[in-house]
Amino acid sequence: MAKENLLEIRDLHTSFFTDHGVVRAVNGVDLDVPEGRIVGLVGESGCGKSMTARSVMGLIKSPGRIESGSIKLDGRELVGLSDRELRSVCGDDVSMIFQEPMTSLNPVLKVGRQVEEVLLVHHKASTKEEAKRLTVDMFERVGIPEAEKRMSAYPHELSGGLRQRVMIAMAMVCKPRLLIADEPTTALDVTIEAQILRLMKQLCKEHHMGILIITHNLGVVAEICDDVYVMYAGRIVENAPVFELFDHKRHPYTEGLMNAIPKIGGNPEFLSTIPGVVPNLLHVGDGCTFAGRCAHASDRCRAEMPALYEVAEHHTCRCFLAEREGQ
Amino acid sequence: MEKKTKQTGIQSEAHASDIGEKYGWKEMLHQMWKQNPLAILSAVLIIAIIAAAVFAPVIAPYKEAQQDLTARLQGPGMKHLLGTDELGRDVLTRILFGARVSLVVGIIPSVISLIIGLILGMIAGYFGGAVDYLLMRLVDIMLAFPSLLLSMVIMYTLGRYANSVICIFAALSITGWASVARVVRSQTLSLKESVYVEAARSIGVGKFRIMFRHIFPNCIPSLIVLFTLNVPSCILSESTLSFLGIGVQPPAASWGLMVNQSKQFLFGMPWLALAPSITIMIVVLAFNFLGDGLRDILDPYMQTR
Amino acid sequence: MTSNGTERGQVILRAEKVTKEFKTRKKQFVHAVSDVDLSLHHGETLALVGESGCGKSTLARTLIHLLPVTSGKVFYKDQEITKMSDRDFRLIGQKMQMVFQDPYASLNPRMTVRDIIAEPLVTHKVFRTKQETTDRVLELMEKVGVPGDFLDRYPHQFSGGQRQRIGIARAIALEPEILVCDEPVSALDVSVQSQVLNLIKHLKQDMELSTLFIGHDLSVINFIADRVAVMFLGRICEVATKDELYSRPLHPYTSFLLDAIPKPDPHLRDHPRRYLSGEIPSPVHPPEGCHFHTRCPYATEQCKREVPEMKDYGGGHLAACHCIRA
Repeated sequence: MAKENLLEIRDLHTSFFTDHGVVRAVNGVDLDVPEGRIVGLVGESGCGKSMTARSVMGLIKSPGRIESGSIKLDGRELVGLSDRELRSVCGDDVSMIFQEPMTSLNPVLKVGRQVEEVLLVHHKASTKEEAKRLTVDMFERVGIPEAEKRMSAYPHELSGGLRQRVMIAMAMVCKPRLLIADEPTTALDVTIEAQILRLMKQLCKEHHMGILIITHNLGVVAEICDDVYVMYAGRIVENAPVFELFDHKRHPYTEGLMNAIPKIGGNPEFLSTIPGVVPNLLHVGDGCTFAGRCAHASDRCRAEMPALYEVAEHHTCRCFLAEREGQ
Repeated sequence: MEKKTKQTGIQSEAHASDIGEKYGWKEMLHQMWKQNPLAILSAVLIIAIIAAAVFAPVIAPYKEAQQDLTARLQGPGMKHLLGTDELGRDVLTRILFGARVSLVVGIIPSVISLIIGLILGMIAGYFGGAVDYLLMRLVDIMLAFPSLLLSMVIMYTLGRYANSVICIFAALSITGWASVARVVRSQTLSLKESVYVEAARSIGVGKFRIMFRHIFPNCIPSLIVLFTLNVPSCILSESTLSFLGIGVQPPAASWGLMVNQSKQFLFGMPWLALAPSITIMIVVLAFNFLGDGLRDILDPYMQTR
Repeated sequence: MTSNGTERGQVILRAEKVTKEFKTRKKQFVHAVSDVDLSLHHGETLALVGESGCGKSTLARTLIHLLPVTSGKVFYKDQEITKMSDRDFRLIGQKMQMVFQDPYASLNPRMTVRDIIAEPLVTHKVFRTKQETTDRVLELMEKVGVPGDFLDRYPHQFSGGQRQRIGIARAIALEPEILVCDEPVSALDVSVQSQVLNLIKHLKQDMELSTLFIGHDLSVINFIADRVAVMFLGRICEVATKDELYSRPLHPYTSFLLDAIPKPDPHLRDHPRRYLSGEIPSPVHPPEGCHFHTRCPYATEQCKREVPEMKDYGGGHLAACHCIRA
């Protein structure tokens, strides 16, 4: 993996200062997205995966803010940039797709117009005609049938799958080097989801771009990701290339998560579960955040947070069990 | 079997036990004070004014209708804190006594129109169809008809049979319910489609119970806002009616009446008009701020978010 | 394990040519459900699968009298319930309860857990005293795994999984025979989803419930169902026992669905698979003939004209397609 890291997040801390206390949504996250690879960030709701992505895009709203850490895009530091500087960087080199395409598209503008606008704002097209040509081209690339005709459709006239394609077209039209997709297929049906995933895989290959996919669906991860980060309660708990992770999962949470999903083929009487729920980030103690739900938890786990231990090449795991094995 | 007890067994719930403590009165007030101190101040002020109105005979420096013709139209001073009017009556005393009429006239018709509007609005929204159509056209008529004119008609026709204050109640209630009904109806329409109402229907809960248990409680925040908007408008309407000579009859005092009686001295002795006007303004604002605060605290989601 | 799909129980709920249309504001008709025949057997879990907008939730709601049918009949045991008034349906209604998809929306935010779970008991006047009702509520809370100390909390103080448990407690309070679960876990996180699925399966066995489970996730359905009915655009295209359906799907749509699921195993990612192209047609103007023909790679002229009939391909494996060679 000598590939250059397009995105490099180091020790990122993003916290929310609420009336009830400080919520450390992202608590010391390290994450790399190399060029030409699809990286998955998996976790349950509230684990901080979306906040990590939003931190990159500078989309953290008050009462939250990035406390410390570094986010480097192609070597350029993003933390501490003014809004304006960040905008120009983000639009050109990074794009983001959101879960619900309906809320991210302007309902009163034709979709073609919205994509053209992006091109014109970022000076990727000098004339309206050029913008239109590029947009139609992009619509065809992302598999929108009758692209020319759809240009003049309003978002509500399109189905969920088509809207997500428009969103992808909009994100891709400036040829970003990094695409961040926050649960891009969660709102879609399986047959449409399969189409969109295939499309993202294609785009990644063709443009040699880096993609960061945020999802809770391990199926999606297994399907298209190259590297995987598992996140739990604000921290990365395990990181490995996808095959390594699914074949040699080390963290009890990863294992619990994989065992908890029903699988076609298996016919268990009951599913195995992870007892309890995700801890409230307002009240996390010193110990491992997963200790309360972990079958292997020891007194040490409850008292002290394990570090990320390297258990194999490119495979790290935040668990004392891994520390022992790793040595 | 061990597995089974694990799945269905009791698992401690971090969210519920950590943030979700039930708020007692003290915490609720503390929370409100932190989020919206203005609302607490308003509540204190309103309580103070109500107390002042109730105990007016005790705390007022003079008697309600006590005239001192030797000290007419005096400016604010040590003897008369807010001065005197053209008959030498103490303005502060009259404001304290006027609070009785103005508050009662503000609150009671608001409550009555709220109840009428709530019931009719819920019926229209929930049952829909012809009932809805008829009720809403009635609301349209009420809203299109000049409310002052309607109040005057009611005052004239009822005036023969009843005390003037009761007539004001009737007039203001009848003109006020329509806007309440409209708001409640639109709320009911959206609540009717909510999943928990569907869930209640799937259980077999009857129509009236659904209205009472599911729709009404969720209308309360808007009712409170409507109430706090209605009270000041009733206070103002009363003063308009009094001005026209068909409201509260002198020598009784009401704030509206005082403003109107002092209009001829507006340039020479502005305190005569200013004192009751500012009082009206303060009360109206206090009701509005309190309404905002209450709406927030009564919204169950606000407690954790 | 007395109640598995192999043992053909008595039919407890049956739909006969049920059709449901909605009128839109533009005076057009949405054909949500067209001519559906379906039966639910005693003690089985029948899953209703399909993509969003295929009419599966609407069908389920017409079956339990929550929505009136446009035409067709629904029978509970041998009684027709389609034409019953709400009052006549009250007694039978107690036997059919529903768990809803969104645990955030299905609980009234202004009622405490006690009131929410007690509502069916109070509505049907099951107990005479408050104490008895409270005892029953506590018993139900224990059954679904919500600690009894949370009796007087409000829904927003719970996480999604706990709320769904509360919703389930409310649904089983009257000891129903039929439980309709409308995508009960699709809004939940993976680790919580398995807890709730286990709970539903456990309750089903414990209370001998006949369950109609609506879902779109075929892996969830594989875990919970005995029989599966696949729906596409208002029509049922295939019904079979779970094992039959997953190992020998007859209808092309079913096999495409099975192919499309992202499998949680990266070693399967490079297996050749078929992608279904195109979008789901609008239910306002469904295509002529077989509703699936616009997306089906095997469609023939016949498919564009004639609606395929449901045929039995052995062992209760039904499918509606012109192209199956049995």
